[in-house]
Amino acid sequence: MSTTALDVRNLAKTYDGHGRDVEAVRDLTFRVDRGELVCVVGPSGAGKTTLLRCVAGLLDSSGGTVHLDGVPVTGPPAGMAVVFQEYGRSLFPWLTVRGNVGLPLKEKGLDRPTRAAKVDAALAAVGLCDSADAHPWQLSGGMQQRVAIARAVAYEPSVLLMDEPFASVDAQTRAELEDLVRDLWQDLGVTVLFVTHDIDEAVYLGQRVLVLSNRPTVVLEDVRVDLPTARDQLRTRSSPAFAAARNRVYELVQRAKQGHRPLPRATGARAMSTGTTAEG
Amino acid sequence: MTRRALVALGLPVVLVATWWVLSAGSTSFFWPPLSAIVAAFPTTWTADPIAHDVLPSLARLTAGYLVALVVGVAAGVAIGSDRVLRALCEPVLEFLRAIPPPVLVPVIALFAGYTGSTTKVVTIALGCLWPILLNTVEGVRSLDEVLRDTARSYRLGRLTTLRQVVLRGSSPRIAAGARQALSVGVILMVISELFGADRGLGAAVVRFQRGFAIPQMWTGIILLGLLGVALSGLFRLVEHRTLAWYRGLRQAEREV
Ligand SMILES: Nc1ncnc2c1ncn2[C@@H]1O[C@H](COP(=O)(O)OP(=O)(O)O)[C@@H](O)[C@H]1O
Ligand SMILES: [Mg+2]
Repeated sequence: MSTTALDVRNLAKTYDGHGRDVEAVRDLTFRVDRGELVCVVGPSGAGKTTLLRCVAGLLDSSGGTVHLDGVPVTGPPAGMAVVFQEYGRSLFPWLTVRGNVGLPLKEKGLDRPTRAAKVDAALAAVGLCDSADAHPWQLSGGMQQRVAIARAVAYEPSVLLMDEPFASVDAQTRAELEDLVRDLWQDLGVTVLFVTHDIDEAVYLGQRVLVLSNRPTVVLEDVRVDLPTARDQLRTRSSPAFAAARNRVYELVQRAKQGHRPLPRATGARAMSTGTTAEG
Repeated sequence: MTRRALVALGLPVVLVATWWVLSAGSTSFFWPPLSAIVAAFPTTWTADPIAHDVLPSLARLTAGYLVALVVGVAAGVAIGSDRVLRALCEPVLEFLRAIPPPVLVPVIALFAGYTGSTTKVVTIALGCLWPILLNTVEGVRSLDEVLRDTARSYRLGRLTTLRQVVLRGSSPRIAAGARQALSVGVILMVISELFGADRGLGAAVVRFQRGFAIPQMWTGIILLGLLGVALSGLFRLVEHRTLAWYRGLRQAEREV
């Protein structure tokens, strides 16, 4: 029980727009164990960002609960870092790369030498030592993404949330960043919840893949990825196990797009199905 | 560098030369030759009028401007951060902004009198307040939502968020408002002195005009112009240093 890092139960979110309510998330229940890397895939507009913002304590849910290490999340919790979908806009343009990575550490009350050491280590981990004194707008999209990741890493979170972080970088950079996330996750032992709409990416990165239905969103299925811990862009992606998991998730996402849902308004059945896959 | 200086100085030099040539043979009492005006400069603006006219004017301008800056930014941040407060304040602000500040001089003088400094400082402050306040509100309001979320998720405290995120993020708009306010301030500095028979740059111009010291009156006007240029130069210098990131950002966005 104490190994559970994130516990999301019956999470619901309805946006009340002007006169027209949008039920983005209907009923999400899942758990992420400490040190796990779990990917969430779903069609665009499925409510992935909504889910992440609720988990991050940035958005009030309309129902259900989110617990981090057994403590209910009511606002941004300590020990959680978020890499936003709009990573470029999440960097402070008036600060240098070093300043961006260091600001949260300053707020934590770390002294200057400790801060400098952690910032340098984080920038080295993402391969950005040479750009420490540049401003974010002087960097390419892929490099900006690395800065956002370095900032999250330097913060030393116990849980890292990432929202489609590689959606708008080129394929080569994307592959590099995927490996970077795997490496950081293994080195730091951090729990990662990684949101993406890219099925291959989800299977390549995750130990488990949560497939979301379309809106109003529920968990369609919790797919366990049986791939070795050491993954490699070439060999892993061409392995039969990868193809099998990929096909399984692909099929589920296709079904989600067609509006397939687990069971018509049967909360009990859904809770049961997530329960079995979580254990199995 | 020298090329830019030449370009910047080109038009003023041409204009001054034109004025000089056209006014050279002038016998009109009200349009003295520029040479006569220049000749009157050193005898008009000696240590005494500088101490009793120029410096008090500048002191009042500085005081009024700083009050407006502090109050405008503080109120602007408060209004810009809170949707309810903004909805409440917006109509009132629009109304108040529409009132030309010079008409406030007689009103304020009812309470503070024409001759003292208070009326003038309050007039300058009230006039400078609106551009600063409204631009700050706009700057704070249009701060990127993702930056706010970033600050929240990294649990930056109120003070850090205010200083490192809100104020820095809206600083380009605040600077734009402050620049507008500077020219409003110079205008109000002069106007506020036209009412009372006090000392000051504007008062000096009126004094010269009433005493038919026409070349001296022109020197006062030229001095005001030079003062405006100097202040805006000073402003640019500060802006150049603090908003370097904003220029870089804009340029990077244009190149994409
Ligand atoms: N602030 C909001 N107000 C109203 N509706 C919203 C808001 N944010 C998102 N939505 C709606 O909620 C649904 C899910 O959005 P989102 O969580 O961004 O999806 P995803 O990240 O999976 O693409 C969409 O239909 C979107 O239009
Ligand atoms: Mg999204």
